[in-house]
Amino acid sequence: MLFQKKKQENATVKVAPKGDAHYLTAKESREIAKSNAKIIRELEKRKKRHVPEEEYLCEMKDPQNIVEFDDLHTYFFTDAGVSKAVDGVTFSIPKGATVGVVGESGCGKSVTSLSLMQLVQAPQGQIVSGSIRFNMGDKAYDIAKMPVSEMQKIRGKQIAMIFQEPMTSLNPVFRIGYQLDEMVLLHQPGCTKEQAREHSLEMLKLVGIAAPERVYKCYPHELSGGMRQRVMIAIALSCDPRLIIADEPTTALDVTIQAQILDLLREIKEKIDGSIMLITHDLGVIAEMADYVVVMYAGRVIETGTTEEIFHSPLHPYTVGLQKSKPVVKRKVDRLYNIPGQVPNPIDMPNYCYFKERCDRCTAKCEGDYPHFIQVSPTHRVACYLYDKEGGEPNA
Amino acid sequence: MVKYIIKRLLLSVLIIFGVSIILYALLRCMPGDYVTNKFTANPSVELSQERIDQMMELYGLNDNIIVGYWKWLFGNPTLGTRGAILFDFGNSFLYEQPVTQVIADNMWISFILTLVSLIIYYPLAVFLGTRAAVRQYGAFDYATTVLTMVGISFPTFFFSALVVKIFAYDLGWFDSALGLQSSGLINPTDWELFLNRAWHLVLPILVTVVLSIGSIMRYTRTNMLEVLNADYIRTARAKGLSERSVIYKHAFKNTMIPMVTMLAGLLPGLFGGSMILEDFFGINGIGLIGYTAMNQGDIPLVMGYNMFLAVLTVLGMLLTDIMYVIVDPRVKLTK
Repeated sequence: MLFQKKKQENATVKVAPKGDAHYLTAKESREIAKSNAKIIRELEKRKKRHVPEEEYLCEMKDPQNIVEFDDLHTYFFTDAGVSKAVDGVTFSIPKGATVGVVGESGCGKSVTSLSLMQLVQAPQGQIVSGSIRFNMGDKAYDIAKMPVSEMQKIRGKQIAMIFQEPMTSLNPVFRIGYQLDEMVLLHQPGCTKEQAREHSLEMLKLVGIAAPERVYKCYPHELSGGMRQRVMIAIALSCDPRLIIADEPTTALDVTIQAQILDLLREIKEKIDGSIMLITHDLGVIAEMADYVVVMYAGRVIETGTTEEIFHSPLHPYTVGLQKSKPVVKRKVDRLYNIPGQVPNPIDMPNYCYFKERCDRCTAKCEGDYPHFIQVSPTHRVACYLYDKEGGEPNA
Repeated sequence: MVKYIIKRLLLSVLIIFGVSIILYALLRCMPGDYVTNKFTANPSVELSQERIDQMMELYGLNDNIIVGYWKWLFGNPTLGTRGAILFDFGNSFLYEQPVTQVIADNMWISFILTLVSLIIYYPLAVFLGTRAAVRQYGAFDYATTVLTMVGISFPTFFFSALVVKIFAYDLGWFDSALGLQSSGLINPTDWELFLNRAWHLVLPILVTVVLSIGSIMRYTRTNMLEVLNADYIRTARAKGLSERSVIYKHAFKNTMIPMVTMLAGLLPGLFGGSMILEDFFGINGIGLIGYTAMNQGDIPLVMGYNMFLAVLTVLGMLLTDIMYVIVDPRVKLTK
């Protein structure tokens, strides 16, 4: 251990005398801890405080949108420094649409969705700035500024979430029935237990469970993974939410069950007339499900567009790379393509394109600041210097 | 399940048999025996070697370990005992009464002492542990951690001495003399006697509570922290439940699984008494009885006391398993 540290120290001196994220002196780490504690305390206080409605009331830019993320920053204050998990994300989810969010592991997809629910692991994880405008129908709220007590009325009722791990997402000591009823009883005041039970059974039927009466009485461990994910979907649906966030709903399931769950999600979206924010790293799932696609990389959105645009004319070298690294049945390749390198450490990121080190189409301009968005078509935007009209010809 | 319990009980018999062999062998290996202790301690009584041999024979101390154990287990015809196998543990050397009688007479005061302490410290520890976990690294967490750690680290005799010094000698709230009741009581009514005894039990209970609360509190805190990081807690929050019902309903029930089962494991402690504490406060509980018996070489009583503890431990373990089935729907006992 001691030896290792020493070695690292030497390396620091030789290669990068300053700002090496992998090595911290005791003084540096004390400073980090101190500043973290200060920031966290302030942000936590703001969340617990009673805030008058006017403070988080806002206007939607486009009333046809259900959610608008506007320059959202969600940081994790870790002992190694501030990790900018979501760093200036801007995109919107239109009413009745499915928006797919893709990207590698650790690029901030889940944190974006958790920010929308105010479920980011506190106290380390905090929404630092930016806004998340949520359309409530007659008015709009800025979720980033809402106090927890008000947020609880939106969670589950307006926005429901389906998680990645059906095996661990249900409470093992409560029966399925209880976990379903709880949701209805909570959000529909005046609902009797019998009514809740009726509703829950209906929901179980809706998600394609053949014997709802039996499943209602089961404990989670008595069900298979696919069944549990159905139950999770039933819970999410039971209060007719305006938006369902599906955070990699099929990652933990096998392929046949995946297809069933995706079919189910699609069916349900039509029935409840809501929007879906689908988070996945599976491009196949996106192609099948989504109307719009948001591609994220290292905490930022790098390209957005309709599914057509993203799949038929991907612009950002990262999006192109992602598509190349997807196996296709009829295409014959010796080795599947992979993007060289890995997602950079989100602590102390430099202010240039984060993809620069891995990109094979860099130009001289890439040395500059982080590229801003370039509107390619009314729906298609990309953050890359290759498409900057003021110079460099688009060679895609 | 019934089959499982029967199997476990049969296995327990075997375990207890093994325990008794080891115990008996160890006891007989101890230097000094009852007769020597009794008569060499009192120099005014001169006994001939012949008399001593006679006494040794009478107490069954002349037999070697194997014969002695055999007689303990299956009865000694010369003494008229029926043997431990028929629950006859013989007569205590010290009290000249059947061992079972001695244990039954002195067990209850220890039981009351431990039970009352348990009723106080267990819920308190669970409450403190939960609060500390919810406010991890907060002021409350640090305060309870430090205080309970101090509690764990105190040796019983030291803390008892401290408590007696402060509350009995300096403040004079309690009787500083040892024992269960004041010496000055003249013809007390039952109610007065009860109050007097209860008053004498306050300090020992205080000591037990302070010394035991730490480990349970830390255990609750660790469990709670683990549960609070689980996925289903995030699900519960995503449902829109208030923080209170997330913690005290969804998380608490999961935290309580190991806590409740641990409670079953405390069974031997409940009846077994505590040697040092009872010795210090002069309470004639089973712990003190066992301690004196050990010092004096009262083999039948020590064997009886330890067998009692062994049976309770084995039963406590079985009870722990059964409790798991009751509180955790995922656990099923099979085979």
